[in-house]
Amino acid sequence: MSPTPASPYGPKAEAGPPGLAAKLLGFCEELRGEGVAVGTSEILDAFAALEQVPWTSRDDFREALAATIAKSQDDRRLFELLFERWFFRATEAEAVERGADEGGQRHEGAERLDIDALRKRVREAIVAGRDGEMSDLARLAIAAFGRQGEGSGVVGVDVQRIRRTLGLSAGAQPSAEDGAAELPPIDREQLNRFERHLRRELERDLIERTATLPPSRPLAELDRALPTSPTQDLAAVHRAVSQMKRRLATLGHEQRGRRKGQTVDVRRTMRASLETGGVPLRLRYRPKRPRRPEIYVLCDVSTSVTSASVFFLSVLHALHDSFRKLRSFVFIERISEVTEVFEHERDFRTIAQRISSEGGVADVSGYTDYGRVWLEFLSEISDDLDPRSTVIVLGDARTNGREPHAEVFARVAERAGRLFWLNPEPKLYWNYGDSVMAAYERHCDGAFECWTTRHLENFVNVVAGGVPAGD
Amino acid sequence: MDEALTPGSVAETKDALARAGYLADESAALVSFLAQRLGKPVLVEGPAGVGKTELAKALHRASGRELIRLQCYEGLDEAKALYEWNYRKQLLKIQADGEAGWEEVHDDIFDKEFLLERPLMQAIASPDPVVLLVDEIDKTDQEFEAMLLELLSDFQITIPELGRVAATTMPIVVLTSNNSRELTEALKRRCLYLWLDYPELEREMEIVRLHAPELPETLARRLVEVVQMVRALDLKKPPSIAESIDWARTLLLMGAEDIDRETFEQSMSVIVKHRTDIDLVAERVGVKLAGAPTQTPG
Repeated sequence: MSPTPASPYGPKAEAGPPGLAAKLLGFCEELRGEGVAVGTSEILDAFAALEQVPWTSRDDFREALAATIAKSQDDRRLFELLFERWFFRATEAEAVERGADEGGQRHEGAERLDIDALRKRVREAIVAGRDGEMSDLARLAIAAFGRQGEGSGVVGVDVQRIRRTLGLSAGAQPSAEDGAAELPPIDREQLNRFERHLRRELERDLIERTATLPPSRPLAELDRALPTSPTQDLAAVHRAVSQMKRRLATLGHEQRGRRKGQTVDVRRTMRASLETGGVPLRLRYRPKRPRRPEIYVLCDVSTSVTSASVFFLSVLHALHDSFRKLRSFVFIERISEVTEVFEHERDFRTIAQRISSEGGVADVSGYTDYGRVWLEFLSEISDDLDPRSTVIVLGDARTNGREPHAEVFARVAERAGRLFWLNPEPKLYWNYGDSVMAAYERHCDGAFECWTTRHLENFVNVVAGGVPAGD
Repeated sequence: MDEALTPGSVAETKDALARAGYLADESAALVSFLAQRLGKPVLVEGPAGVGKTELAKALHRASGRELIRLQCYEGLDEAKALYEWNYRKQLLKIQADGEAGWEEVHDDIFDKEFLLERPLMQAIASPDPVVLLVDEIDKTDQEFEAMLLELLSDFQITIPELGRVAATTMPIVVLTSNNSRELTEALKRRCLYLWLDYPELEREMEIVRLHAPELPETLARRLVEVVQMVRALDLKKPPSIAESIDWARTLLLMGAEDIDRETFEQSMSVIVKHRTDIDLVAERVGVKLAGAPTQTPG
């Protein structure tokens, strides 16, 4: 093997000395490359843990490593992906080096199985979730498939072809035609597991044929991203919002009215008096309970923010879960209160539907009219605003050429304790075209770009006086 | 560390936990084993009600060690978690020794005698090995976490007036977190990490059967299937394992023989505890069960 260039953590282990330690270090190096924070102390822990468990059990080995190295659920996911890949590559590299060839016996038994029997057994193994059997059957399937001479040579394509040939699909299974017992359903996760086995066996075949390893690549962005589904995104938004809740609740509370209306904490006063021989010279006060924030959220749902409004609605949705004193409004040309809808509906889709059908916020044109929205908000709601209230505006500040009425907005800002603006457009686009962000930004306590949960978290951090998360 | 108390293998740990009434999966057993062998704290994360706290209790039962629990909450401070000077007693001492000079009293009142030990201090000072459970660490603030670091890495606490108090025996430390905020790297670095998730069907069935042994197997299976169906919905609060067990006991009390639509609607409130969730579950899951719908009054 050719010498590999030095890396900041020392030589690459793949080409380095043989032995488990080197392989493990290489693995940690690879994890670091993918952004998992693996410190020296973690590596030391890993070795200490491996002294305690038998290495012969693959599961124990993996769990021991995971418990010491991957310290969050995200890290754990990356760990799983890389563990599979790294140790698979490591064994294959070893095999190539030694010129081991077990191709002869590998597909033994394939001739004895026809496709139908194979189909049945694969299905059983998938439903039962037996890994060993799945990987054996994957080999058989590849062999059977190979005999039909349809291999494309591209692993990803072959995996899907074999899956179709075996008639596997996720979800409820079509009932068998011959009136046989109904097939148990296969869920997506189980099927993915079988596909992983298939992929791995195909790769192994390829390596055997070519006697070289394909170059190792960093994980694709697609693999790294969390498996996305609307509920999952919603969960992330909920997490960020519940963080925001805690921070808004305690924010600014330390400075406000420290001495006013406080009660003396007898216990702590007495404790403090010990310094002065039992004479209570200094009074200690009971800490004030955090005040309940009142939040007003105004959310733009016009067409110019269509892509962002689903996100905004989910933010609203999450806010409603966390705050009891929350009033939400949607606006386009006019403003309309939707607090009720959120309080009575749980399902996010229903909420979105109800808001669009009965919000009654579009008058004629369907273009946002910020000026009019402020006027309406000020005349109808602002009497309820007081210094304890926080107003959050979610919108792009695109007035479609209409009067922005920034002075009205300023009065809203004056009445409210705090006012934040979350804009779904990148800062670069602010104040271009019909965006009048600058006119409004002056009156806000803060204006932020916000179209992902990361931005939302950033907003929470800044509001809480912390440092913004790095990009 | 007392060798007699530490298990020899992962399987042994698993058996011991099972005898203590906790069916651990592979990773939970392995991490518990490592925690005892390496003397490292364990950070357990996962959704509410998957048995994070229960794991610590099971470790306490399995190892015969005493359990010391620190329940965290917002605003928890050192005085409640570590130690506090017993000022009443100190005042008495000052008054009782009225004649004695200040110098003598001063040395006297900061003595172990006047120290009120809070859970963390108790765990360190205990002559017998203990299991220390720091529950819901994510509820505290970062400052408190930082304070824990000395304890977690060196098993010692520094009291300005007394000096360093180091553990004589190695406690098993279990920290649980509901993941409501990200814990600091420094804390994570010192811990072994265990993610507990809702169990798979078979294991949950075993757990239910362990806690409600009179429940027939078919009914237990049906129950767990329904619970997992309910969990798959997007609920405010998905049913936890504890709730499955409660439901199993409820069904026993009701004398139910099968979970049909009627039984389900009557006892659903045991596993679903939000009004909006109840509607959703009744709509999505209730209809899948056999039996005529009941007439709900009102």
